[in-house]
Amino acid sequence: MSAVDGVPLLSIRDLEVSFTTDHGTTTAVRGASFDVLAGETVAVVGESGSGKSTTAAAVIGLLAQNGRVSGGSILFDGTDVTARGGGIARMRGRDIGMVPQDPMSNLNPVIRVGAQIVEALEDNGVARGDAAWRRAVELLQEAGLPDAERRAQQYPHEFSGGMRQRALIAMGLSCRPRLLIADEPTSALDVTVQRTILDRLEALTHELGTAVLLITHDLGLAADRAQRVVVMYQGEVVEAGPAEQLLRDPQHEYTRRLLAAAPSLASRRIQLARRTGGRPEYGEDLLAPSADADGEHAPAAAAPPIVEVEDLTKVFRLRGKGLFSRSTELTAVDAVTFAIPRGTTTAVVGESGSGKSTVARMVLDLLEPTSGSIRVDGVEIGARTRAEEVAFRRKVQPIFQDPYSSLDPLYTIYRTVEEPLRAHEVGTAAQRRARVLELMDAVALPAALLRRYPAELSGGQRQRVAIARALALEPELVVCDEAVSALDVIVQSQILHLLADLQHRLGLSYLFISHDLAVVRQIADQVCVMEQGRIVEQGTVDDVFDRPQQAYTRALLDAIPGRRLDLGPQAA
Amino acid sequence: MTTEPAAQAALHDDLLGSAGDGPDREPGDEGASIWRVAARRLRRNPGAILGAVIVLVFVLVALLAPLLAPYGPQELPGRAEIRPTYIPGPSSEYLLGLDRYGGDLFSKLIWGARASLVIGVLSTLLGLAGGAVVGLVAGAFGGWVDTMTMRFVDLMLSVPSLLLAVSIAAVIGQSPVAVIVAIGVVQVPIFARLLRGTMLAQRGQDYVLAARSLGLSRRTVTMSHVLPNSLGPVIVQATLMLATAVIEAAALSFLGLGGGSPTTAEWGRMLTAAQNELEVAPRLALWPGALIAITALGFTLFGEALREALDPKTRKR
Amino acid sequence: MVRLVLQRLALLVPTLFGLSVLLFLWVRALPGGPATALLGERATPDAVERINRLYGFDRPLHEQYVTWLGQLLQGNFGVSTRTARPVLDEFLARFPATIELTALALLIAVGVGIPLGYVAARHQGRLLDHTTVVASLLGVTIPVFFLAFLLKWMFAVQLGLFPSAGRQSASMVATHPTGFYVLDGLLTREWDAAWDALMHLVLPAIALGSIPLAIIARITRASVIEVQNADYVRTARAKGLGPGRLRRRVVLRNAMLPVSTTIGLQVGLLLSGAVLTETVFAFNGIGSFLANAVFNLDYAVLQGFILFIAVVYALVNLAVDVSYGLIDPRMRAR
Repeated sequence: MSAVDGVPLLSIRDLEVSFTTDHGTTTAVRGASFDVLAGETVAVVGESGSGKSTTAAAVIGLLAQNGRVSGGSILFDGTDVTARGGGIARMRGRDIGMVPQDPMSNLNPVIRVGAQIVEALEDNGVARGDAAWRRAVELLQEAGLPDAERRAQQYPHEFSGGMRQRALIAMGLSCRPRLLIADEPTSALDVTVQRTILDRLEALTHELGTAVLLITHDLGLAADRAQRVVVMYQGEVVEAGPAEQLLRDPQHEYTRRLLAAAPSLASRRIQLARRTGGRPEYGEDLLAPSADADGEHAPAAAAPPIVEVEDLTKVFRLRGKGLFSRSTELTAVDAVTFAIPRGTTTAVVGESGSGKSTVARMVLDLLEPTSGSIRVDGVEIGARTRAEEVAFRRKVQPIFQDPYSSLDPLYTIYRTVEEPLRAHEVGTAAQRRARVLELMDAVALPAALLRRYPAELSGGQRQRVAIARALALEPELVVCDEAVSALDVIVQSQILHLLADLQHRLGLSYLFISHDLAVVRQIADQVCVMEQGRIVEQGTVDDVFDRPQQAYTRALLDAIPGRRLDLGPQAA
Repeated sequence: MTTEPAAQAALHDDLLGSAGDGPDREPGDEGASIWRVAARRLRRNPGAILGAVIVLVFVLVALLAPLLAPYGPQELPGRAEIRPTYIPGPSSEYLLGLDRYGGDLFSKLIWGARASLVIGVLSTLLGLAGGAVVGLVAGAFGGWVDTMTMRFVDLMLSVPSLLLAVSIAAVIGQSPVAVIVAIGVVQVPIFARLLRGTMLAQRGQDYVLAARSLGLSRRTVTMSHVLPNSLGPVIVQATLMLATAVIEAAALSFLGLGGGSPTTAEWGRMLTAAQNELEVAPRLALWPGALIAITALGFTLFGEALREALDPKTRKR
Repeated sequence: MVRLVLQRLALLVPTLFGLSVLLFLWVRALPGGPATALLGERATPDAVERINRLYGFDRPLHEQYVTWLGQLLQGNFGVSTRTARPVLDEFLARFPATIELTALALLIAVGVGIPLGYVAARHQGRLLDHTTVVASLLGVTIPVFFLAFLLKWMFAVQLGLFPSAGRQSASMVATHPTGFYVLDGLLTREWDAAWDALMHLVLPAIALGSIPLAIIARITRASVIEVQNADYVRTARAKGLGPGRLRRRVVLRNAMLPVSTTIGLQVGLLLSGAVLTETVFAFNGIGSFLANAVFNLDYAVLQGFILFIAVVYALVNLAVDVSYGLIDPRMRAR
């Protein structure tokens, strides 16, 4: 409210944060400097490990026990909060509020939601007793929680994720702080929920004149919500400036790469130099809209589809909670029908609980359908001979979401990649060895990694190993279940390019399961949009994205952050 | 098949993508399996070292008892020197003195280590084998077999372990075999539950699904992926169980279920016999009692440290 | 909540039924059969046959079981071969002593264990913490009866601070309307009798409480450390919660959830520990009675005792679950 001319509300100078571990001291933030003006929203963007959350924790004085500010200063309204006795403890809640990342774990499970706001009001001397309770209800209402009066009496476990996040916003803003730190406030939520919550947060802080320090990994979201953007990489601020300028004219190499890798609706299907037939090229320009490729992409339309799914239904029986309560049924997948033409990618998108992963499991024959049919290469999954089953397993391979759990921790990389070959008794030991090396090469991993264990690899490397394993038997269909969702944007973009390249070279078909429409736009040819077990809309990527027919699809598309990424250098 | 740009991409992946994984990796971790990492973490943990030393000394003494002990387990070399009100204390001939019956305390303690090791190892092996069978049967058949088996396991767990051991030993009769069987059987439900639980947890892991997608049979998936990965918690539990077995064997002896005579070289038995000599020669009770406690402590320290070393949650510290 | 209690009580029925079948078969699996068990050393072939006919051991198993179960339901646990009195009467006569002892032991374990664990957690990584961790490990690994020996030898035999055996001094003349000696002393205003009984309880209670104490301290420590690092604690600090409220409402309330379950689990441990402790201190409760039964292979007593403990154990766990529901709203909803 009081935009004091020129003097920033928060001023971070040469901030250095280090952590003491068994192996010595590591510096998580190095020489970071930036300002937040009163009433302004500043986004700090970076990948995991960039130091963005550590910076936020340093501001509010809540670093982990082994961490400390080892250099520089953090001035809030002129006071250095890092100084001993700087009074940061008294400023928390009152002057600086916080909205944390994961709504599921940030509320005290044993205390009523309303009471959790009341305690903040009381301990900060804002209100007491009945007045505090009435105020808490008001605050919850203000954060967009319907039926706040009744809801305030409930416990966190009775709230959905979105409702909890609203409660946390009400809590963060309860004492009207001048600065609100929002650390990935909506990363754990579905896109549609994410959008309404961010809208509410934006409206509220605007109305109250609260400055916001928004921490996010999502450049698109930062561009949408902040006036200024600070980009951090490996503990350092590499670039900072007004959002628009930074997107239009990024100065630092890293920002450029980040921008290029960020999936957005503006991006187009990754195309790999089909016309020249030469080596696939890599580089940022691949993400640029390539109008010339559109007509090219219909290989072998006449051949029968690799997968035909008809009326696929899966009903789970949920056991009743009590001893005598009857079990209930949950239809996770409801009469789903689609086909995957050979050599193309069909994406299934949906929010959590839409049934998309259940579809993937059934196509992989890891889960038995309740009814309906799945034909792979014309062979019905349910009714086949042992020989047909072996053939099926060689034809269809998965890549899973979590690169940390998809590799056996006890197997070396060599054993992991070789396992499919040995399982199907392919070739001699020497031939298998040669094939493994070939596969490592195909996924661009150095052969030196073969003797390592998964725990020693980065997430991106592990996902490449998972791809190599999936390709070992020369499958025709690869089922990617959220295969890039756990990765940082740049790595994600690399894996997507790798998948596109492999598809091109090996003629693979993909069933691509994802919650991220922006990613889907980059990799898929056809899209099925799922909601509560049903496919509500399907068609080619361009049809669905440019001319959505269903309200739900439109809502999904509208909710994707990053519209302003169109401003990026390639569009300019 | 080489694509140079792709290799570049992977390099960048290393450069950029692995930044977040940085703290996880330790220098010198090259080619380190979970077990090797655990071994390194154990070496850094003073509790683990203390535990390992105790266990090692205990096992060595038990194995080398015939070489270390000056007298045999049943020998009563000082029988002539015992008086109703006087039991000779430590001397050059009898390092820790004599017991009520004229046995050499030092020798009997050494032979006692051997008895404890035999009882501990055999009963834990019995429990482990039984637990593995029950757990695997429950897990393999699933459905109502699983439900019934686990109900039965719960039933056994609903009786305090010492009482269960007592009632089993009582059926078999008073002998060392009874003690081993009783302690082993009591461990069966514990191992069964643990094995089934960890295997169920493993079964949902993506790498198991990936293995199933390769068309591997259920048996192969279990043997080559699920079981090896379930081993950690089982080994930890077995180590802790060795401690429990040593203590419970002593308790059963104390209750008179261990068989043998009061002169038997077994710690629990010696402790029981010393009960009546507290005023005359407290050392007769202190030595075996302390050895039971220290041995159990060694196994517990080592087991707890191993649990911590194998736990991915605490691995970052 | 009421539903939870009813459900748990309903679950108790099949559990006890299963246990009764096991116990029934157990005695019949004995070498020589139940007659030998009943007769003990007096088992001549003649006597065995007589007993078999008398008790119907020659009838089909399922018939025998029904008869036996019927007797159980009427409170007939059989007759002790050693004392020749009904098992139930023997139990009831000794039960107050054991309750007094285990209650005091549990009180010590909880009263010392929780604060100890909490303080250790607050000083995590420092000397106090390390000492507590090692001491609590040692607490679990010292055999109960050995600790009982040590305490008796130190404080009763050497220092003479406490009586070394029994429930009350031989010189003490007191009336016992309830069988709980301390309580009796208070009720009849015989203060010296109450004090005397209490002094007799101290050493055995400490010995008996040592393992639960160590376990409770360890669980409390681990739980407090875990809660201290929880996201919601950080968030509570971020919203400016004062240290007092943070400790009481956030840390302690959440940390006590696993501790309360642990306390319930200790009851089984206490009852089996009582068998050993009561024996060392010649304390006339059901524990020492059972130890004698074991020694003399008095199966009727063993059988009854196990069934009895299973019921007590189940009821205590039910009580724990109910109290758990009172602190944890997530359980209440069910």
